Amino acid sequence: MAAPTLTSLTDHVAPLAAGAHVTAAAWLGDTAAFALGDGAVLLVNGGGESRVAAHPDGAVLVAASGGERLLTGGDDGRVVATRADGTIQTLADEKGRWIDALTTTKTGAVAWSTGKRVTARDEKGRTRGYEAPSTAQGLAFAPKGYRLAVAHYNGVSLWFPNTDARPEDLAWKGSHLDVTWSPDGSFVVTSMQENALHGWRLADKKDMRMSGYPAKTRSFAWSADGVWLATSGADAVIVWPFDKEGPMGRAPRECGVRHAKVSRVAFHPNALVLAAGYEDGCILLIRLTDASELLVRRAIEGGEKGRPITALAWDKPGRRLAFGSEGGAAGILTLP
Amino acid sequence: MSDKIPVTVLTGYLGAGKTTLLNRILTEPHGRKFAVIVNEFGEIGIDNDLVVGADEEVFEMNNGCICCTVRGDLIRIIEGLMKRKGRFDAIIVETTGLADPAPVAQTFFVDQDVSEKTKLDAVVTVADAKWLTQRLKDAPEAKNQIAFADVIVLNKTDLVTADELTEVEGRIRAINPYARLHKTERAAVAIDEVLGRNAFDLDRILDLEPAFLEDDDHHHGHDHDCGPGCNHAHHDGGLKHYHDEDMQSVALTIAGDVDPEKFLPWVNDLVQREGPNILRSKGILAFKNEPKRFVFQGVHMILDGDLQGDWKAGEPRQSKLVFIGRNLDETAIRDGFLACAA
Repeated sequence: MAAPTLTSLTDHVAPLAAGAHVTAAAWLGDTAAFALGDGAVLLVNGGGESRVAAHPDGAVLVAASGGERLLTGGDDGRVVATRADGTIQTLADEKGRWIDALTTTKTGAVAWSTGKRVTARDEKGRTRGYEAPSTAQGLAFAPKGYRLAVAHYNGVSLWFPNTDARPEDLAWKGSHLDVTWSPDGSFVVTSMQENALHGWRLADKKDMRMSGYPAKTRSFAWSADGVWLATSGADAVIVWPFDKEGPMGRAPRECGVRHAKVSRVAFHPNALVLAAGYEDGCILLIRLTDASELLVRRAIEGGEKGRPITALAWDKPGRRLAFGSEGGAAGILTLP
Repeated sequence: MSDKIPVTVLTGYLGAGKTTLLNRILTEPHGRKFAVIVNEFGEIGIDNDLVVGADEEVFEMNNGCICCTVRGDLIRIIEGLMKRKGRFDAIIVETTGLADPAPVAQTFFVDQDVSEKTKLDAVVTVADAKWLTQRLKDAPEAKNQIAFADVIVLNKTDLVTADELTEVEGRIRAINPYARLHKTERAAVAIDEVLGRNAFDLDRILDLEPAFLEDDDHHHGHDHDCGPGCNHAHHDGGLKHYHDEDMQSVALTIAGDVDPEKFLPWVNDLVQREGPNILRSKGILAFKNEPKRFVFQGVHMILDGDLQGDWKAGEPRQSKLVFIGRNLDETAIRDGFLACAA
């Protein structure tokens, strides 16, 4: 609950008019990049703004960044890399088929999917393809090694793109949406159609069921120490413990409890501090150690459309936070 | 909320004229922009509209409801379309000729994100006047599509005789007496008869009279008010009455109130047990000591109901139910319903 004494950082936010659904935000060094529903990428550096038509006449459906480039997948069927200087490179053209999922590594490998077709492109630009058993809804590279987790109906497949080995299957009935890999590589977690998370401990393929969400989880974030997984989809940030044992049989932490659902989460890159965006447009910073809160952006009153926060991204040093909303509002918080 | 984007589901057996109707909708000068979700990029010529290819991926929900299937691809496509909101006014989902409309319809009730942004407007089924009678015998999909429809476009009427047309109309009505039926050549139907129907809006369910007792598409309208004693035959002029041994509709009336304490558990239990067989259901009920009408509609096991406007002064308080489904045990359903009388 936002106590009246809640310390506010709202004076430290520079608002931006992105003008279209903000699909994702990322930092390319000192430049904030926003991938938009009108197909553009908005680049903001210092006071300067520029727009790059990454997907002319299209919309950015999915986006990912390894730090140097913002990769965007559009409903024009293209995968495009945008750099901080505004140069773009088309990495793939799937002939109008929507790019359903997209992921990347810090070293520049990229993977995307259209329907069942999954393509991985290594740092050198060599591509390999694979057909998932059903539509590939979520993709995530392992933190080490060139291995890709592919979420689909009835489970996850772990695929080594550079080998011909059959992908390893992690089976669990139901429709798996997004997928993430714990930073130490020992757990794979998916969000599911039925408002729950599912996880596997890879050492013994033991299943984990994390349920009780009132809505789908569409945003995950790992803490810098790899111990905590913050998730959206409830009226609080639900934070699961992923130390050695994993979350089996343990209760998650709840923080940032409000009368609105969390739509986006982002862990600070160094400290145990979380940024949480809500469906009513509110953004809080929450310190995990004592659950203290700082207000970044006030909730938007009433029935105005487009309030949900859809994008949150910290810069590498953790001094600035870029955010964007469904309705095209955006901004950058600079910590005092 | 009225700012939800309306979605029209367009079904019909192979060759019935779905694409012709779709092209007609898209090319008429109406000033609206559509997002069209199709299975194969066919001969749809569109400048202004957005066409999206779909995979018809049907999956089961893990919620213990065996007939609760949804279209996973549709959830994903609608999520994507919402990112470009404001660039279209309505969505049309074209299914393949062999598709069951239920997973498509259920997607709009089961998935929370989809139902927050969009609303199902109507299921429109295009049927081939020449071949439908045959298809109803050999293709269960064709029968599902007729049973499920809110609007039926009976197309290619120029290829059949008047007798054949009466015959096929009778066959349709044996399965689904409630859909609006339009007889067309080359799918020529006024666009407002197909779009903006609000067929799933509870506040639009005003009566449950079979549609062929209304004026259908003979655009003469009602030129006089029929009193209760009116027994002239101009309404259903010579419609043949068939019985389909597989798919039927069951209509029940209690001339008075029902007890909600009895009715709600009964109807919930009925759709849980018989859900796979019940394709569509609707009801308008007078609950004891309740001045408002209780209205519900359902698709298989999924029921959506609410109290709507007051019963009007002079309007007889009565309780009516309609089920369309396969192998329905009419006697058991009737007895169960009658036991709910207040």
